[in-house]
Amino acid sequence: MNRKKTLHNIGFYAIAVLVSIVVLIPFFWMISTSLKSKGALMALPIQWIPENPTFSAYEKVFTRFPFMRAAFNSFLITVSYTLITLISASMAAFAFTKIKFPFSNGLFKMYIASMMIPTQVTLIPLFIIMNKMELINTYPSVILPSLFKAFGVFLLVQNMRTIPDDFMEAAKIDGAGKFKIYRIVILPLCLPTLATLCITTFMESWNDYLWPLLMLTEKKKMTLTLALNSLNGQYATEYNVLMAGSLLSMIPIILVYIIAQTQSKKGSLEGGVKG
Amino acid sequence: MMKKNRSLREAASAIPFLLPSVVGMIFFSLLPIVISVFISLTDWDGLAALSLGTLAERFIGFGNYQNILGGEEFWRVLKNTCYYIVLYIPLVLIASLGIATLLNKGKKGTAVMRILYYIPVLTSWVAASLIWKWVLSSQYGILNQLLALIGIKGPEWLTSEIWAMPAIVLASVWKDMGFFGLFLTSGLASIDKTYYEAATVDGAGRIKTFFKITLPLLTPSIFFCLVMALINAFQLFPQVMIMTEGGPNGATQVMVERIYNYGFRYFKMGYAAAFSWLLFIIIFILTSIQMKLQKGWVHYES
Repeated sequence: MNRKKTLHNIGFYAIAVLVSIVVLIPFFWMISTSLKSKGALMALPIQWIPENPTFSAYEKVFTRFPFMRAAFNSFLITVSYTLITLISASMAAFAFTKIKFPFSNGLFKMYIASMMIPTQVTLIPLFIIMNKMELINTYPSVILPSLFKAFGVFLLVQNMRTIPDDFMEAAKIDGAGKFKIYRIVILPLCLPTLATLCITTFMESWNDYLWPLLMLTEKKKMTLTLALNSLNGQYATEYNVLMAGSLLSMIPIILVYIIAQTQSKKGSLEGGVKG
Repeated sequence: MMKKNRSLREAASAIPFLLPSVVGMIFFSLLPIVISVFISLTDWDGLAALSLGTLAERFIGFGNYQNILGGEEFWRVLKNTCYYIVLYIPLVLIASLGIATLLNKGKKGTAVMRILYYIPVLTSWVAASLIWKWVLSSQYGILNQLLALIGIKGPEWLTSEIWAMPAIVLASVWKDMGFFGLFLTSGLASIDKTYYEAATVDGAGRIKTFFKITLPLLTPSIFFCLVMALINAFQLFPQVMIMTEGGPNGATQVMVERIYNYGFRYFKMGYAAAFSWLLFIIIFILTSIQMKLQKGWVHYES
């Protein structure tokens, strides 16, 4: 019995390691390449580990493109985008679930229906609207669409529906207004859902490609994905530079993910205690 | 009278909560959708200023739709997408089921594996495409080098009409399997443990338990993955744009790539808008069919 268990364990870890290798090999290749000189790129047989590692590719990333500026732009846009999504979506979800108003059902159905329309359909008119509002090459052109995220509203409505109205009664008796109830009673109870929405929105905005590509054409305004894209346009064969840029663009989002993972665990615990 | 007043006040209190979201919906969803319908009925080139006048002047009815559906390109692009789907969906489902099974065992190291398998999901498509373009390089890439170790001469992935699409599928499966894998893990975790106890008592083996209990009870999660994967497949774009630009010889041209090029490179806005509505219709029909078919194979616990 014990021997069978050991065998199972060996099998499990063998497969786990194999999957990990498949997942990580492209990243290994990226890091290895980023440490090579231009000449070593085309050396045959290929060098799995660079024979003369150098940081020259990283230097080139910073000198050829305002990479730090791009990182700053990405942070500014992503943080604003995520915050606005969380606030706007949770406020709308609060109205849909905790306030009675006419056409509430119809409006919510419109939200759901809008999720069916692929973003490509609105691409051209949205471009025209942004152009008319003279917002092209400004941060708001990429940030403002976060006001309306039907998916976020839907997710939070599902969550807020499960919160009994009794929870609000005590606050109401204490004379709290609608806004205070939303902030003090409802939001804390939705923390786990808010954390999920926060991570997915952050990722979506950080990695977004097509919409920023259309909106931000000035070098100074570009996000990290656009910076990488334009590096690719200029130095398509210098893979050491491209790989160094790719690695640099990945580090912040991985850090945010790891932090958010640990935070959301804490959050769900707190929510549970308060509930 | 008092009551009416109160419900009126109640309704009015919803306004500030709804305002940001509804303003956003009008400007970034509703209005663009309406404009998009109109543009798709014109041969507007995006250069003449847009107004009701220009749209009326350029009105050509369903001309764009007729041209697209009557031409050869649309069907070829659709065929390319189907080729992608046929390869991508089974591969990504099997890979993510495998990952979910691994993660669900709850053995030591699961927390690390969760993060490792999610790194490709966190990577932007721009970075992932660049990495894969280099991994797939026929001469200097690591994949063909690995294949050579076991005696296989790898193809010229991205410059071969036959292999370019499978290469994009490979990169997409690699990037998406962590996402679906983690989603299926939570599906697995929610399966009632008593089913397994009953199976053990009945003396059912591992494989039988998997096919008779795990898989049927996981079908709601698998169904969700299938719907998402299919919608994603039709919106395939950045990896194509960066890895092949639709080439070689149009072998990886897909819907969104066409919409982007017609709209913003060739300035055939009307044509591109019509193309995007056809994309919507295809996604809509396929999702509806899936919703209908699910009754046949998805088991919801009651």
